[in-house]
This record gives sequence, C-alpha cells and structure tokens, in this order.
Amino acid sequence: MKPAKFDYYRPKDVSEALSLLESSGFDGKIIAGGQSLVPIMNMRLATPQCLIDINSLHDLNFIDSDDQTLKIGTMTRQNTVETSELVKSQCGLVTEAVAHIGHLQTRNRGTIGGSIVHADPSAELPLVLMALNGTLHISSEEETRTVKAEDFFLTFLTTDMMPNEMLTEIHLPIWKGRVGSSFQEVARRHGDFALVAAACQLELDAHDKISDIRLALGGVEAIPLLIEDAKELLAGEKITDQAVQKIAELVGSSVEPESDLHASATYRTQLAKVLTARVLYQAYERAKG
Amino acid sequence: MSLTEVNVTINGKSYSEWVEPRMLLSDFIRETCGLTGTHVGCEHGVCGACTINMDGLAVRSCLIFAVQADNCEITTVEGLACSGELTALQKNFIECHGLQCGFCTAGILMSITDFLEKNPQPSVKEIKETLSGHLCRCTGYEGIVKAVEKTVQDNNKEVLQRS
Ligand SMILES: Cc1cc2nc3c(=O)[nH]c(=O)nc-3n(C[C@@H](O)[C@H](O)[C@H](O)COP(=O)(O)OP(=O)(O)OC[C@H]3O[C@@H](n4cnc5c(N)ncnc54)[C@H](O)[C@@H]3O)c2cc1C
Ligand code: FES
Ligand code: FES
Repeated sequence: MKPAKFDYYRPKDVSEALSLLESSGFDGKIIAGGQSLVPIMNMRLATPQCLIDINSLHDLNFIDSDDQTLKIGTMTRQNTVETSELVKSQCGLVTEAVAHIGHLQTRNRGTIGGSIVHADPSAELPLVLMALNGTLHISSEEETRTVKAEDFFLTFLTTDMMPNEMLTEIHLPIWKGRVGSSFQEVARRHGDFALVAAACQLELDAHDKISDIRLALGGVEAIPLLIEDAKELLAGEKITDQAVQKIAELVGSSVEPESDLHASATYRTQLAKVLTARVLYQAYERAKG
Repeated sequence: MSLTEVNVTINGKSYSEWVEPRMLLSDFIRETCGLTGTHVGCEHGVCGACTINMDGLAVRSCLIFAVQADNCEITTVEGLACSGELTALQKNFIECHGLQCGFCTAGILMSITDFLEKNPQPSVKEIKETLSGHLCRCTGYEGIVKAVEKTVQDNNKEVLQRS
C-alpha cells in the first residue's frame, strides 16, 4: 500500500467536521476531491495521521447567486462549476478558467475549494479568485470569518488558514454593465499546470473607455500576482496597441519568475508579457460586444 | 483505527469487505475483488490507466480510497460488455487499431464511454482533449481517435435508421 497509515473519519455535518479538526490539531487533514492530496500521500510527501473526509457534507455543494455575489460551496466539483449556466452568465471568467484544470477525469472529482486551499502558484482558480478579489468564508469551532483573496495567499502552497479551520464558501463579486473578461494560459500539454496564466476583467463606459479593470498573473511568483498599476494606467483609456504595450512592459519589468525544469525565467517573463496583451485585447473586445 | 467496512456495487455485484483506510480503490478493485481489468500505472493521477466509472462519472481510482466508495456504484472495464457482446466502442478499438499492448485501454474505454454519453456529437478537438487525460506509449493515439470518431459515426447511422 502506498500511503502511510491514517485514521479515517467521515463527518455528517459541518459542526462534526470542525470538532474533528479541532481535536486532531496538526495531525488532521481535510480530504475533498483528493486530486492533489492523494498523489502527495501516495508519494509519502504528506503523511497525515487523521483524514477528515468532507465528501458527505452536501450542504457545501452548491452554486447560488444574489444580485451582487456568486456563491459557490467549497465541495462543488470543478466539473459542476465548469458546466453551470449560472456561473457562466454571472462570472464567465471562472467558467473559462476551470476548463484548463487538469482533465475531465480529475475535474469530475476535484473541488473548487480544494484547489484554492492547495494554492499551487500556477493553479487557475487561485488566479481567478485574485483577479476578482473574491471572498473566502472560513470556519473553525470558535469562529466564522471572511478573508479577501488579496490577503489569503501567503506563499507557495500556503494560505492564511489555520489547521483547525475549514473553507466553506467562495464568494465572487458579480460585475454589471459592459463587462468583458479573458483567461489565457500556456502549458506544455493540454491539462498540465500552466507555465504562465493571465486573467483580466474590465468594465467600459458608454464611450468604450475603461472604468474598472483587474489584471492578474499566475505562475510568475509564489502566489497569484495582481498588477495593481493596471487600473491607474488604464482608467479612462481605450485599449490601444500603445496602452497594451505599456502594460506588457510594466508586467515584464515587475515579474520575477523562477527557472525550473519546465521553463526558464526569461521564457516565463516573455509569456507574462504576451499573455497580458492577449487578455487585455480579448477582454476589451468582449466588453464592447 | 484498524479496519473499516466498505459496501460497494461493482458491475452489478455487491461486495462487502473490511479494509484499511489507506487502501486505494484501484488496489481494492484489483486485489480484493480480483477485477484486474483496471490497470495501475503511475498511482498519482497522471496516466489514466486506473480510470473507472463511479456513480456515473469517470474518475481515477488511484486517487480515491476504497473507504470513500462506500455505498457507491462502480463500473469497471469488465462491466462494459453485455453478456459477452462487446460495446460498439470496444469493437471499434479492435477495428481501428486503437490498442497494441492494451495497458492504457481499460482506462480510455471508461473515460470515453462516460464522455460519449454526455456529449454524443463531440468534435475531434473535444475527443483529443478528453484523451489528454490518458497516456498511451504504443499507438501514437491516431487509432484511438479514429475508434472514437467511428463510434460517433456508427451511433449517428443507428439514430438515422431508427427515425
Ligand atoms: C493529472 C492532474 C492534473 C492536474 N492539473 C491541474 C491544473 O492544471 N491546474 C490546477 O489548478 N490543478 C490541477 N490539478 C489539481 C486539481 O485537480 C485538484 O483538484 C485541486 O488542486 C485540489 O482540489 P481537491 O478537491 O482535489 O482537493 P484535495 O486534494 O482533497 O485537497 C487539497 C488540499 O486542500 C485542503 N482542503 C481541501 N478542501 C478544504 C476545505 N474545504 N477546507 C480546508 N482545507 C481544504 C486539503 O486538506 C489539502 O491540503 C491536477 C491534478 C491531477 C491529478
Ligand atoms: S494509475 Fe491512476 S492515473 Fe495512473
Ligand atoms: S496500447 Fe500500449 S499503452 Fe496504449
């Protein structure tokens, strides 16, 4: 048998899960879709003593929205999110991004929350969450709190969550008006983790000028990188070749990716510039309609 | 914690077994139930050889613990043929040279069967995207793509004839 021994619990509701998390302390680990956790357990890179399976917490498997917010339960499978008409109409950036996560067979099992908590620097969902500055709802036995995406990711595979806490819901703001978004990535093979990915959402006024924009990149730093200056540089502007050039240069000079077996730092920087340009053009065209 | 009980239906037959929680579903299917049609390659979710259908979805059995399959319905490659009669997809794999050594085949059949049920008219691009979740070291994939395309065409003909 490949993984090390562990005790297995399948709580029936959230409060039972939280009390198990509390009592197991640093030895406990939640298993959601298992698509990131089980590979590392099979390789014995992780040897949790106690596995808390949240697959029976059906209350955390939902997609819902009100006027301003799209709400997704942490246990919602990536495939369910990918095929949801509600997600597509309220937050198309998510639909576009999810299709890039692994393969059909892993999306059938992998969850939206698992991907966010796992916090791989190249992962699609953390990037979209950062691009839209979504809000995470987190519970422990003592308290329930919310954290903004901008404060959630700390470094490689590390978030603001404590071992006794569980992510329950992800909230994404719904943009109204003339909105366009775009998600683009380059990976060596379809389904691989992205070498670099870019996500953009923008809003136009009646004169096709940008009134709001969020631009973020994945795979270039330890956590998804928000290009904060994009808004300042582009507010009140149209997307022209010069404007795109300016942002691409800014991105090129502000990212500091690492070289690894998959791509050199120089190549990643080049991809960051190219993908920035592509998402800006595409989001703009889509917003114009 | 020692052993945990698992009750699961595989290819219509019920199994009730006591297993260690760390036993992977792939090992349970092969070793406890003796259904060796499901293959095991990488055991970290990449190769696709272990793909099975659990509660209507194609999933990696090497990334699920057997205890998690409690009360689930599973189909493995042994469950595709009906009283010895291969499915159209299986026959087309033979006809189009969709396999050589056969190591990857069981997983691919399970994925594509699920895929065609949900998307009976896929484009070649969609077929290839679905196959990207499977590694085949022998065929170069051409024969596999042909076998899937032919199955789609055969299904279309059948629908036309019926109408
Ligand atoms: C072949 C393959 C290719 C892949 N390609 C990609 C890819 O291109 N892009 C990508 O982003 N991902 C990819 N993945 C990983 C993706 O499939 C996983 O689904 C995702 O990273 C984790 O989600 P999960 O539900 O499977 O979580 P799990 O593996 O169950 O858990 C992951 C981590 O999150 C914790 N966790 C899960 N849910 C909660 C919660 N509610 N509260 C607190 N902690 C929680 C777990 O304790 C664990 O530490 C790939 C995986 C495979 C096997
Ligand atoms: S053995 Fe499960 S994906 Fe390779
Ligand atoms: S037929 Fe040999 S691996 Fe595919």
